[in-house]
Amino acid sequence: MTFEYSSAPESKAIVTIDPVYKLFIGGKFVAPKGGKTFTTINPATEEVLAKIAYAEKSDVDKAVKAAQEGLKVWSKMAPSERGKYLYRIARIMQERAREFAVLETMDNGKPIRETRDIDIPLSAAHFFYHAGWADKLEHAGVGSNPKPYGVVGQIIPWNFPLLMLAWKVAPALATGNSVVLKPAETTPLTALLFAQVCQQAELPAGVVNIVTGDGATGAAIVNHPGINKIAFTGSTDVGKLIARSVAGTDKGLTLELGGKGANIVFEDAPLDETVEGIVNGIFFNQGHVCCAGSRLLVQENIQDELLEKLKRRMSQIRLGDPLDKNTDIGAINSREQLEKITELAISGDTEGAERFSAACTIPAKGFWYPPTFFTGVTQAHRIAREEIFGPVLSVISFRTPQEAIEKANNTPFGLSAGVWTDKGSRILWTAKHLRAGVIWANTFNKFDPASPFGGYKESGWGREGGRHGLAAYLKGAK
Amino acid sequence: MVTTAGALTDGSLSSIKGFLKTLSPVDQVGADARAAMLATRSIKTASKKWAIDMAISMIDLTTLEGADTDGKVKAICNKAIRPDPTDPSVPHVGAICVYNDMVSVARKHLDESGGHDIPVAAVSTAFPSGRASLEVKERDTKDAIANGATEIDMVIDRGAFLSGDLEKVFSEIVYIKSLCGDKAHLKVILETGELVTYDNVRKASFLAMAAGADFIKTSTGKVAPAATAPVVLVMLEAVRDFHQMTGVRIGVKPAGGIRTTKDAIKQLVLVKETAGDEWLNPELFRIGASALLNDLLMQRQKLTSGHYGGANYVTLD
Amino acid sequence: MSNSKSRAMRLDVKKTYKLFIGGAFPRSESGRTYEVTDSKGEFIANPSLASRKDLRDAVVAARNAHSGWAGATAFNRGQILYRIAEMMEGRSAQFVDEIIALEGLTPSAAKKQVEEAIDLWVWYSGWCDKIGSIYGSTNAVSGSFYNFTIPDSLGVVAVFAPAKPSLLGLVHSLAPVLAGGNTAVVIASEKYPLSAITLSEAIGTSDVSGGVVNILTGSAAELAPWAASHMDIDGIDATGLNSTLEKEVRIAGADNLKRISSFKDGASPQRVLAFMENKTVWHPIGV
Repeated sequence: MTFEYSSAPESKAIVTIDPVYKLFIGGKFVAPKGGKTFTTINPATEEVLAKIAYAEKSDVDKAVKAAQEGLKVWSKMAPSERGKYLYRIARIMQERAREFAVLETMDNGKPIRETRDIDIPLSAAHFFYHAGWADKLEHAGVGSNPKPYGVVGQIIPWNFPLLMLAWKVAPALATGNSVVLKPAETTPLTALLFAQVCQQAELPAGVVNIVTGDGATGAAIVNHPGINKIAFTGSTDVGKLIARSVAGTDKGLTLELGGKGANIVFEDAPLDETVEGIVNGIFFNQGHVCCAGSRLLVQENIQDELLEKLKRRMSQIRLGDPLDKNTDIGAINSREQLEKITELAISGDTEGAERFSAACTIPAKGFWYPPTFFTGVTQAHRIAREEIFGPVLSVISFRTPQEAIEKANNTPFGLSAGVWTDKGSRILWTAKHLRAGVIWANTFNKFDPASPFGGYKESGWGREGGRHGLAAYLKGAK
Repeated sequence: MVTTAGALTDGSLSSIKGFLKTLSPVDQVGADARAAMLATRSIKTASKKWAIDMAISMIDLTTLEGADTDGKVKAICNKAIRPDPTDPSVPHVGAICVYNDMVSVARKHLDESGGHDIPVAAVSTAFPSGRASLEVKERDTKDAIANGATEIDMVIDRGAFLSGDLEKVFSEIVYIKSLCGDKAHLKVILETGELVTYDNVRKASFLAMAAGADFIKTSTGKVAPAATAPVVLVMLEAVRDFHQMTGVRIGVKPAGGIRTTKDAIKQLVLVKETAGDEWLNPELFRIGASALLNDLLMQRQKLTSGHYGGANYVTLD
Repeated sequence: MSNSKSRAMRLDVKKTYKLFIGGAFPRSESGRTYEVTDSKGEFIANPSLASRKDLRDAVVAARNAHSGWAGATAFNRGQILYRIAEMMEGRSAQFVDEIIALEGLTPSAAKKQVEEAIDLWVWYSGWCDKIGSIYGSTNAVSGSFYNFTIPDSLGVVAVFAPAKPSLLGLVHSLAPVLAGGNTAVVIASEKYPLSAITLSEAIGTSDVSGGVVNILTGSAAELAPWAASHMDIDGIDATGLNSTLEKEVRIAGADNLKRISSFKDGASPQRVLAFMENKTVWHPIGV
């Protein structure tokens, strides 16, 4: 007999899911004018979780008006009081952390270990961090009299639903802006639970408004004349569309977009920790991470040894029920995303790369993709250039540091990169030459509210987190 | 592939240094993070029952006190054979671990009480500090073997290791191993709490394995920190990599500070997900402990009976 | 050499006004020129009318020069910007004359503009090795990590200089781009290009490596769409473009998400930062 882990599911009892959710406008839950709804499912079981209100243009209009009303109260409030509201929200999020974690796992498909240990605690931490900024804005680096933009339209993705909400809402509120936020179509539930938290915290009506819907709802926010700034996280293609839409307007714009991060491993790397970093870089959150280390650049003289270790480590990855506390890799968020991953991986096969997948048992229902890497990948392969947004790694070898840098930078993206070596001067040399906004040296996929995050080149505009991210919500002297 | 451990180094300082240089370094923060992540594994129901029994069978039930007496040693021997007198399905422990002069007492009592198959391990080579001449260490080891010890837990010379005299550390292990011959297994205690860095732990692990250790052991139990999860992780990585290099599987023995069922199960998770299932048996993994056994027994009773027990429902020794 | 009589009859040697690309002074590859007149409508010069291919060549030169300029020490870049000021000081009379002629300013107003422009180089020169200290940060993250953020150069920036003040406006836009470690492709004031051309001659003798600054004369309206859609330009200072052109540039510039800014205010470190990225580096703290 061997040591098999019995199933250890987190209880769903802590969560109450309503059959139908309304829009959160002006501090109240209101039905959409058109009365339309869409459904959100659990991607691990394909079960319908709830019906969600579909916001049309007129609903967005109503939300913007409510935000304008909210702004009057919020922007005039003593900054220290604004900060205290954020502290209050952070505390409530901590108190209800397990509820958020279970709900996020059910709606998104990501493992409970990640929602419990990363998504939810980091979300609360973002509110704590920004709460402290509210009465110190004159030190934010944009001059002595910084002003909020006004009403900020925020559109967030499905990969870290609550965390991306926190990244957006916390700095916006700390700086005195009010918010109209649209969560992703497939993952609206934790945003709607957050709306309840806003009520519980007695946040003034209209300061946070949450409208659920699809791309058309998002477009209505982007194009609304009453919105003063757009903050978007999502695909590079949509980011470019938004940039074109706001051209010629006074709207501010920050974008967090795609990536094709290079994870560079030199011969003197701490190999076991490097393997952890590679696994964390590409298989964390099913690879649904814009800053994923999706290109492994490995020095040719250690490639075999490293890949042997990686294969062995991948055999330990536990794929399955996201609510099981021992699950490492959960469900792909949607059928559509699964099809995209599958299609790109097949292109790897047909373009001549060699596939290795961990031997996972794929559950009968739901959307799943096994942890996979391709060797024999060159810069010309689609899987080396396009963002897969799934648990698929492309392995590319290099011979010299210069070659590593050239290959790493040879992409229109520039969000993240990793470097693994025991040599301090080589770390700094590599970090200096990488054209990427976040560089993890001897670590990967670390996030913190105090640490600015964002990309070079086509990976985005501006930063989120830290002083730099805060400044993106303030207008100062230019 | 190198096929014998002896071929990894000829024992000269330059050769040892050259060999250790081929090892990849360890990043402390990354190793800590990996160990912490594995500590979140949730082991329930059937897997917990399996783990408890496996952990019991891996215990080197230990008493290493100046106040040890024949009576005390006999008592733990009884406990080793029948950990829970009310439940014969409980397996016996992996070994008894005592000071040199208690070996014959333990061996005799085990043999007389139905514990023939439980080996006696002796801490040897001027345990715990190792601060004695090689002659003394030799005598210590020979004595233990002559009295019936089939496992020798030796300490390395940490002073020599830290001062760079790797040749001395290596040659002592080689020599003690030669005394063990086929009569005793050799466990080499690194005393990781004195080596401090994980890089040192990894190097000392390989040094010991190349010199002929059958087991590498974290600690004497007399120095804190002892068997922390990341240290055990690093040592498990070392035995795994050594097996890759040589085809030889070396055992690992954490000792010191493992007191609860939760601690023990975390160790088994570390073994499973680092070295692999092949190491999940008493031939390749031991836990040096004393108080742990009763906590395992209490948890076992809880699983069997469905309610929580108390300290008075397991025997003191 | 010659007597005073013949000197009185001496014919002026007129200058051919050329482009500045990769450290050289070529004519437009198209062979085109256009006419520049003074404030009274009198002919002054036939500068090159740069084509989209000249723009392309300038971008290539700027891209090639970027790693060297960005990789130079900040102290060194500061010294070189200061050298530009030194070289301008020696040519200030020429700058003043050209500004009087083209912009029709009084001599004192023209002199003031030139002096301010020179002093602005000195001001930005000093920013090169301070921008990182003031606008970078070490970030107190939770966990055993050292984490810092530093401003980093953007790459190649196209600069559409305002029509006037023809020299000061150009320096307001160009100096911060260079201070941030970027290389520049300048499209000079169409109507008043002589300041830019003279500046290129000052820069050509200022230890600025070839390609770090490239200056084109010609039509902003013609070149703007090409610059906006050029995938190897990373940023645009659109201060000199009218709102219609700026909107077009912003739409086309979205194709590679160029950083596009235009400025109403004067000298500010924010103008340097507008064309810089922020790079955040994490490293574990352990033994």
